[in-house]
Amino acid sequence: MRFFQNANYDFIRWRWHALVLSSAVIIGGFVLMLLRGGMPLGIDFTGGTIVVLKFQQHVSDEQVRDALDVLPGEKVVQQYGDPAQNEILIRFPQTEQAEQGFGLEASSHQAITALEKANVGKFEVLSTEVVGPVVGADLQRKGIYATIASILGLSIYIALRFRFIFAVGALAATFHDIFVVLAMMGFLGYELSLNVVAAILTITGYSVNDTIVIFDRVRENVRLMRREPLDQIVNTSVNQTLGRTVITATTTFLAVLGLYVFGGEVLRGFAFAMLVGVVTGTYSTIFIAATIAIILSRRELKARKGAAPASGRPSAADKPAADRPAASRSKKSGRNVRAS
Amino acid sequence: MKKNLRWRLAAIVAVIVVGVWLIYPPSQKIRLGLDLKGGVHLVLRVQTDDALRVETETAMERMRSELVKAGATGVTAATLSPTSFQLTGVPDAQDALVRQLRTEVEATYNPVSSSGGTYRFEMKPNIAVQMRDDTVTQAIRTIENRVNELGVAEPVVARQGTADQILVQLPGVTDVARAKDIIKSTALLELKLVEQGPAPTQEALLQSTNGAVPPGMEVVSGVSESSAPGERAGTNYYLVRKTPIITGRDLRTARQTLDEYNKPAVGFSLKSDGAVKFGNATGANIGRALAIILDNRVHSAPRIDGRITDEGRISGSFTQQEAADLALTLRSGALPASLTYLEERTVGPSLGRDSIRAGIIASLVGLGLVILFMLGYYKLSGINAIVAMALNLLILAALMAYFGATMTLPGIAGFILTIGMGVDSNVLIFERIKEELAAQKGVRAAVAAGFDRVFLTILDTHVASLIAAAFLFQFGTGPIRGFAITLTIGLLTNVFTSVFVSRTLFEMVIGRSTQRISI
Repeated sequence: MRFFQNANYDFIRWRWHALVLSSAVIIGGFVLMLLRGGMPLGIDFTGGTIVVLKFQQHVSDEQVRDALDVLPGEKVVQQYGDPAQNEILIRFPQTEQAEQGFGLEASSHQAITALEKANVGKFEVLSTEVVGPVVGADLQRKGIYATIASILGLSIYIALRFRFIFAVGALAATFHDIFVVLAMMGFLGYELSLNVVAAILTITGYSVNDTIVIFDRVRENVRLMRREPLDQIVNTSVNQTLGRTVITATTTFLAVLGLYVFGGEVLRGFAFAMLVGVVTGTYSTIFIAATIAIILSRRELKARKGAAPASGRPSAADKPAADRPAASRSKKSGRNVRAS
Repeated sequence: MKKNLRWRLAAIVAVIVVGVWLIYPPSQKIRLGLDLKGGVHLVLRVQTDDALRVETETAMERMRSELVKAGATGVTAATLSPTSFQLTGVPDAQDALVRQLRTEVEATYNPVSSSGGTYRFEMKPNIAVQMRDDTVTQAIRTIENRVNELGVAEPVVARQGTADQILVQLPGVTDVARAKDIIKSTALLELKLVEQGPAPTQEALLQSTNGAVPPGMEVVSGVSESSAPGERAGTNYYLVRKTPIITGRDLRTARQTLDEYNKPAVGFSLKSDGAVKFGNATGANIGRALAIILDNRVHSAPRIDGRITDEGRISGSFTQQEAADLALTLRSGALPASLTYLEERTVGPSLGRDSIRAGIIASLVGLGLVILFMLGYYKLSGINAIVAMALNLLILAALMAYFGATMTLPGIAGFILTIGMGVDSNVLIFERIKEELAAQKGVRAAVAAGFDRVFLTILDTHVASLIAAAFLFQFGTGPIRGFAITLTIGLLTNVFTSVFVSRTLFEMVIGRSTQRISI
């Protein structure tokens, strides 16, 4: 069995469809998110208190909410995970007092005492999280820095190992993936937490990984297909690696699916971000990274030729420009050349 | 070739044996993070201003009292900020004395301005920085002492991020409230001579001094001792001398004991120089009251019945636990500054157990799905990939055990991703072998070409993933670091298993039948 054995799809033809689809998903997701009041941020970033309780018998959200009415501030009370587990999550916003570091310890404690007094039923405290505003702001800043630095680092690596225009393609694809993940998470109401940022950083790695496999093949094919224009080589390379791209996406997706379904509530957001990231990472590798590399390589050729033909399909005279980097590299990987 | 193959097989078997030896038994060898074991993660900020203010007040008070001793009247002193103070109303006649006193504080304070009997001093910036740093270091040491006395296994007390933050991790602690109280209580013990009081209100206390606090004294409040059981305890105010007779620093040790009414109390003994100071002060003030002040609250103010030298007792309305905890904090020393909590994450033991179970189930399901897919798609060669993946997971677990890396819940996610993404290398190789076979190459040549040509790609993809993992590590704290570590080790071992191990397995199979290969 072999998927895509003699695949020969013309991906270049679909580039504008792909760009429209991606823009629609991203813009649609973000508009919906804005209509609902922005990206829902977890307490890791906003600061606040979360208490998760496990009751011995079924307790309704209202009972818990009523019991907490004695406390000031707006509280969120919701079922946590499987309803049969009788687990309730209570969330408090950052309070004024907490600004001075005073209420920080008190809020979770107050909630627990209030519930004990109200006699709603016996419960066990599964976890408490209290994040002060200083830490929240700090984590927000660190998360953004880490993501940007990671993308830049990966782009520089690609620019060094391959060509500059490839790095641009990979960069665009990675940003695309992050935006799609954020849009989907916002759309479905998942909160942005530390774990989700970790997932996003992992996705940048995964997405670039996928892109590199194609670019590596392009580098190899540039030597083998001297007569072909670069856009054709990229297209052929995408087709040649299509089987691998789809299979790796499948195995990663299957593994993360296990995590999403059985991994428990704590990792749900992380697993969801990874699921979306695997799909969009695979899609963007083919339709964003590769197509942008093709579009830019045409521009490059046109610019070198001066008055370029409107068809955009370069003639054999353009070849040396595309060959130069490959020729210098063939010394390093001489074994590969001989093997062919 | 044959000899080479045998040598490689031996190396693989050796790796398996060492790996199993390193992780067996897993319950002891794999360190679990807080999110799996249960426990508390705290980030505290040291209010370093406190320590600077004490230093500034001490210097200011010394200058003021010297001036008063020299007969200057109408001198007032005030701190302007934690690092600066000002003396006003110094008579011209004392200018020379101020200049002489200035040389004493010059090591720490810069004279900023002096005009018309007003002198202003500001702490030197480098000294302030040094002092803040020392304060945090000392706070860390004190917290370490307390945590050790609590009997927590494998605690973490470390400076974090910006200069004044401390990270405290206490695995397996169930009574979080108590642990927090013990860490946070400043435990600043001061014994000061009572000048006036107790009085039920501040106004009543200051009646005899026309509502003003006399220089060198201060008002401290405390719970009134004589409240009947059940009755709500009132507040008492005391006017005390600002300079303590002794402080917690003079203590040799402290322990839980009982007072004369058989109620829990804390007994302490003093170091020799503290005992001399205490003996002199109590001997000279028999009949007067001595306020025992802890963290700026009067716990009790007993009458001095006679000269006391090296033993004392703090009584108040303690429960047995409170008395034991107070003795613990006094023994471990006072914190140099107060602390505030910036972050607190507590995981109960049952949630940790649930997470471990969910993580194991999720891993097994993910593993099962990937195995089924690989067997279905690659048939017998799928076994090769599965063996490589299993070995990858074994080495990953073994290295984590060896380095003492902590397994966290996101770390389990890292394991699962290693399963899914780790087979990528095998997929790359297998797809290439298929291509080469389709190009009518012999099995041997196809396998060799598949591995050789893809090696550079594998190297590139792994470097890229390592770059992402490095930023992940740098970004994360605690659990997320666990994820980054798992991912990184998994990537490194993956190169070994997918290239070295997988190729050896292939060559073993090809050795027998070179005509066909199930892929």
